[in-house]
Amino acid sequence: MPGLIGKKIGMTSTFNADGKNVACTIVQAGPCVVTQVKTEEKDGYSAVQLGFGERKEKNTPAPMKGHFKKAKTSPKQRLVEFSDESGLKLGDTVGVNIFEEGEFISVAGKSKGKGFQGVVKRHGFGGVGQATHGQHNRMRAPGSIGAASYPARVFKGMRMAGQTGNSRVTMENIQVVKVMEEQGLLILKGSVPGPKGSFLILEKN
Amino acid sequence: MDILREITEQLNETVERPDFHAGDTITVHYKIKEGNKERIQQFQGVVIQRRGTGTTETFTIRKMSSGIGVERIIPVHSPFIDKIEVNKSGKVRRARIFYLRELKGKAARIKEKRYVKK
Repeated sequence: MPGLIGKKIGMTSTFNADGKNVACTIVQAGPCVVTQVKTEEKDGYSAVQLGFGERKEKNTPAPMKGHFKKAKTSPKQRLVEFSDESGLKLGDTVGVNIFEEGEFISVAGKSKGKGFQGVVKRHGFGGVGQATHGQHNRMRAPGSIGAASYPARVFKGMRMAGQTGNSRVTMENIQVVKVMEEQGLLILKGSVPGPKGSFLILEKN
Repeated sequence: MDILREITEQLNETVERPDFHAGDTITVHYKIKEGNKERIQQFQGVVIQRRGTGTTETFTIRKMSSGIGVERIIPVHSPFIDKIEVNKSGKVRRARIFYLRELKGKAARIKEKRYVKK
């Protein structure tokens, strides 16, 4: 079974079977169209390429138009490859019914961008403890980044300030609370990466 | 946003509850699970706010328990609630009466709404 491409709609809450209030995310998952089937003989590995989201014809480059024409579908916004053993054919559609209620899946998306951030926000450093006792403008500083004449350099991977967020994040073991087949919606427990309206890749664990 | 509300309504059932507002004194009968047994406990206090809309609406209820203020936030449509009784409807001038937290004893009283019977 392949995964699906989805779109985050937003968050809400629901009461589960025990009557507890659970925060959950609503995801528009599929329907996805198989736009290409990759095989061992031709491509060296087997996979299926799924397309999701409508795209305007005039905004589609000519080579891509040909690609979608081969699959006999309208142009799609997002294409993602999945490994697949169920033998999907070109032009087949995949819907939310591949997931079951109560199942654990992994969700990948692009996290919200936070810009250039210091070490306190980015890595959870404590900052330099005190604000008083002669302390001056070092409250959110990283502290020492290494020894001096030996090794006389800063080790690679030292946690420092930099771009935070806006990176691909995969969250595993997200429970499917409900599958709404008619609307093609998935209700997932808890949060998923990214802002509303962003694309998500949903895969079985 | 509309689709969010629509789906939320489909996910959750709304339960008929009596009409109550901030300032009202109500009794909430809520179910407590102990192992396999279920029993009903009561919580009587003043509603200090109602928050949110539709199926996800909640209310905050406050009572003084042996001199200590206790507040609970309860979803209006929670399946744990057996029933809600409105004991008194209070006369207050705002929707969120947080000023009640700073008041004690006599000052923390709320005037009751009186209706003229026809």
